[in-house]
Amino acid sequence: MSMLKIKNLHASVEDKVILRGINLEVKAGEVHAIMGPNGSGKSTLAAVIAGKEEYEVEQGEILFEGEKIDELAAEERAHKGIFMSFQYPVEIPGVSVTNFMKTAINETRKARGMEEMPANEMLKLIREKAELLEIDRKFLSRSINEGFSGGEKKRNEIFQMAMLEPKLAILDETDSGLDIDALRVVANGVNKLKSKNNAVVIITHYQRLLDYIVPDFVHVLHNGRIVKSGTKELAHELEEKGYDWIKEEVNA
Amino acid sequence: MLNNKLMDLKEKLIASFLVFENQADIDSPIHDVRSEAIKTFEEQGFPTKKEEAWKYTSLNSILKHDYSVFPKQENALDYNDIKKYFIHDIDSYKIVFIDGKYSSHLSQTTHDGMDICLMSAALAKPKYRILIENYFNKIATKDSLTSLNTAFSSEGAYIHIPKNKLVQKPIQILHFSTGHEAALMLQPRNLIVADENSHVQIIERHQSLTDNPILTNCVTEIFANKRAIVDYYKVQNDNENASLIDNTFINQKQESVASVHTFTFGGNLTRNNLNFYQNGERIDSTLKGVTIIGNKQHVDHNTLVHHIEPNCESHQDYKGIFGDSATGVFNGKVIVNKEAQKTNAYQANNNILISDKASINTKPQLEIFADDVKCSHGCTIGQLDESAMFYMRTRGIPEKEAKALLMYAFSNNVLSSVKIPEIKQRITKIIATKLGVNIGFDL
Repeated sequence: MSMLKIKNLHASVEDKVILRGINLEVKAGEVHAIMGPNGSGKSTLAAVIAGKEEYEVEQGEILFEGEKIDELAAEERAHKGIFMSFQYPVEIPGVSVTNFMKTAINETRKARGMEEMPANEMLKLIREKAELLEIDRKFLSRSINEGFSGGEKKRNEIFQMAMLEPKLAILDETDSGLDIDALRVVANGVNKLKSKNNAVVIITHYQRLLDYIVPDFVHVLHNGRIVKSGTKELAHELEEKGYDWIKEEVNA
Repeated sequence: MLNNKLMDLKEKLIASFLVFENQADIDSPIHDVRSEAIKTFEEQGFPTKKEEAWKYTSLNSILKHDYSVFPKQENALDYNDIKKYFIHDIDSYKIVFIDGKYSSHLSQTTHDGMDICLMSAALAKPKYRILIENYFNKIATKDSLTSLNTAFSSEGAYIHIPKNKLVQKPIQILHFSTGHEAALMLQPRNLIVADENSHVQIIERHQSLTDNPILTNCVTEIFANKRAIVDYYKVQNDNENASLIDNTFINQKQESVASVHTFTFGGNLTRNNLNFYQNGERIDSTLKGVTIIGNKQHVDHNTLVHHIEPNCESHQDYKGIFGDSATGVFNGKVIVNKEAQKTNAYQANNNILISDKASINTKPQLEIFADDVKCSHGCTIGQLDESAMFYMRTRGIPEKEAKALLMYAFSNNVLSSVKIPEIKQRITKIIATKLGVNIGFDL
């Protein structure tokens, strides 16, 4: 069944048009990779799906499980099961990782008409998921992202994804700034969380993450449009030949 | 009979003083002090915006009411109706006043190894005379409002903790006003003496239970003698018809540790004059505050730390969140005398404006005459971090809760040094209520 369906999406920020007619369909159980040169609109696409208010949808629509979501607030999309891993996770001094997660989970449960998660269950879940991402226990009482290294921030993003168990996870440049060990941990985490009921959209400039999380489909974004789609072989081709040939193909 | 309606408040107070002083014991040990003080008030009058220290705070709107200066009757309150204003989940001493009169019914005082009682008793009984002579009005400044309080001082808390005594439970000083008067002016006077190596924790609150205008002009003198530890918490969450001018003077002797935390969430106009004098070496002073206000509320923190001797520290950290048309002032003065070498003075004032109409005037004033000192100060004014808001919302935390969490995190620094857990919980709850959310903060 169709999880995410984007139809002819045009979006702008501060009157600057960035997305110029995106069409994309992601089904449950699938992994999609969206690649493209810098400035092609990859991160904008992620932010528009997640519900960043500064981005204006000019045309087209975004459907999640058949329901139009482009008028929904970011938290409402989260409650429906959409998650975005940030390229640059935000530091929030004074809010610990644990309390941030507790609040996020309980607010999500509240929105779904569920009771708050009992404290012992919460602790167990936190411990289990921290282990999955090889996160030290001490880490959890620190202010979220404050003073974290690049790798720690990204691992923390996937930890949050593991905690929230979204239906659709959009990973925006999750591999940037990761050394090979961290990359393995992150990829391993994502792979363990993958199931036939959820879907992952990986946004990346490079192919290397895709060696670890193997995509079913690869799309190339250029100048606000998906100009080429294929399977994982396309990613290898891009790695070898760069993006220039795509640009040339499009311009021709 | 004087026609009060035609008099302004200053004239009324001066006229009332004569009546008051004739009623009071003319042989009172502070008779001369009172008479001197009313003269000072008469000369200076109420402060106006022309004075540097009152540039951003006008008293005009609160001085226009026809305040009763002496409440006519003793009023009673049922504990269950006002329980919520106490920190009631811990055992404590209580000194409770209703419309300026002592309520023995609601209080729990002691003379067992220390004196936790009333100013009126201390002023009347000969056994307290030496202490009153040594300490009363010895550090309160001679400005007009403090002098006005001194002239009328007759009731308040009197606390004397002798040498080496650790007071096992906190002391709560509560002032309630009931609205039996159309408008009421209160002038409580507290004296707290912590002798060598003693330790005491005090919680003070002024609470109006009425929509009638209330003006409180309070003076507290605190003496932290050698090695004494004094922790003072001011909970200011009054209703919006009540105004408070709170004047606190703390004299510290060598190696003493004193802290004042001021939590301001309510009230119409609140002015805190908080003054620390370090008369000894290796003294530690802490001044912290969280202010969260909205509507047309006004809060003015006016602090002074006077470093007189070497090797002392002071820590100031004030956080303010201002919504609607609320206005705030922070004026933090640090004086370091020439002799006060190796002083370490820190001051921070951070503010968040969550509305276009809210404003804050912040002004650090450092007067440093010593050359080997560490003094730092910083003030910031900003908005809530939009990127943090979006980040939290993508995790399912709704806008209101995200805002609240950010604001709570912002004030968390100040809360972290609160030593009584029940106060911390209470303040946290007040913050959550103030921010209109119901999330269990326990950061």
